[in-house]
Amino acid sequence: MSTTARRAGNPAKLALTPSQTVGPYLSIGLTWPDGPEVAAPDAPGALVLSGRLIDGAGDTVPDGMLEIWQADAAGRFDSAEDPRGALATPGFRGYGRSLTDAGGRFWFRTVKPGALPDGEGGWQAPHVDVTVMARGLLDRLVTRVYFADEEEANAADPVLASLPAAARDTLLARPTADGYALDVVLQGPGETAFFRL
Amino acid sequence: MTTTPARSASPLLVLRRYEHVPEDVHPPHDFPGYGSTRLRHPLQAPFDLPQRLTEITGPVLGDRTPSLDDADLTRQHEGEPIGQRIVVHGRVLDSDGRAVPDTLVEIWQANAGGRYRHDVDRWPSPVDPNFSGVGRTTTDAQGRYRFTTIQPGAYPWRNHRNAWRPAHIHFSLFGRAFTQRLVTQMYFPDDSLFSQDPMIASIPDPRGVERLVARFDWETTEPDWALGYEWDIVLRGDEATPFEGEDHEEEDE
Repeated sequence: MSTTARRAGNPAKLALTPSQTVGPYLSIGLTWPDGPEVAAPDAPGALVLSGRLIDGAGDTVPDGMLEIWQADAAGRFDSAEDPRGALATPGFRGYGRSLTDAGGRFWFRTVKPGALPDGEGGWQAPHVDVTVMARGLLDRLVTRVYFADEEEANAADPVLASLPAAARDTLLARPTADGYALDVVLQGPGETAFFRL
Repeated sequence: MTTTPARSASPLLVLRRYEHVPEDVHPPHDFPGYGSTRLRHPLQAPFDLPQRLTEITGPVLGDRTPSLDDADLTRQHEGEPIGQRIVVHGRVLDSDGRAVPDTLVEIWQANAGGRYRHDVDRWPSPVDPNFSGVGRTTTDAQGRYRFTTIQPGAYPWRNHRNAWRPAHIHFSLFGRAFTQRLVTQMYFPDDSLFSQDPMIASIPDPRGVERLVARFDWETTEPDWALGYEWDIVLRGDEATPFEGEDHEEEDE
């Protein structure tokens, strides 16, 4: 048996499972002790990517989660889905999850990813894909983090180029003492540019 | 062989293309019936993100391979939890009907009395010392998963007057690519609480609600032991190709 159904209007496809919120108790199910460790602490170029999750009233969100997925410093993924083959630095997971703390803060230990081919002959600037989930989010939000000090690469990046300047600025993580920082704003002034993919 | 600076030579790649999700599948971010959306939904429309290498790849979490006890939530403590023992099983598929093998499935849920083992949950229903309500497993080569757990209870919340969440189990899924990531909730058949639940109401297509409700499964029900439920999860598949003939259809001006 199966609980799947054909899609109305396109019987070649199965109907997709709808999203639901993670709710307020996500931390019991989704906390990993090593969640924020995307790269080994002693990896060359290891840095901390951190920030706060902020709501439409300007308050920090203490019950949210950010997940990131990115290439290693050479621009490679540990994923068989990569048509160039799976290849990543040993100890580099590429994936991290960080549940926000009481102050709405998240952090990841990672490395700056390498530039990536866009598949069509161009290059994408170093970037990190981000999923945001929280109580009150019925579906995930998707955004990207770029690095403010990669000015030349950012200027040539097709995704950044497709955005209005104000939206582009919301994706640029600024250098800090130990890495980079960027707040994610769910709503209102300074609202982060979110994507449909 | 010539060496070329990386910047000048970007390889042409054939990238898998995932379908775009039809508008009526997922709930909208702005849904007034669920109060917590009010300050947390973006006001701007989302921008389009082309699917490139980062989007079509995803984490391999094989080194997190859970133990058998992780998939049996009734055996994680010294004693057995109170409640109706159930088996929840099914397959993780993509919308083209292909199995998604070796993918991490995480679940969390309330206990039989509808209480989560979480500091924020303070309603007067007891915590069960023998139930954490957390499980994980990986799918097999056919995309199958299987958990043994306790039927979760309904519980009150403050969203609207006399609000109660229908019994549910939270599911977290990765698929094979960043595009396929999904967190959702599985419900049980014939629950009278659906009619007042904004999470259920937020799903645009009523047929979508049916996709979140498990089927009572007598075949999986274990005699003298546990009731069975089956629930399949469908993640995004390949971009749909146009129907045969559609390309050649002639239209009058």
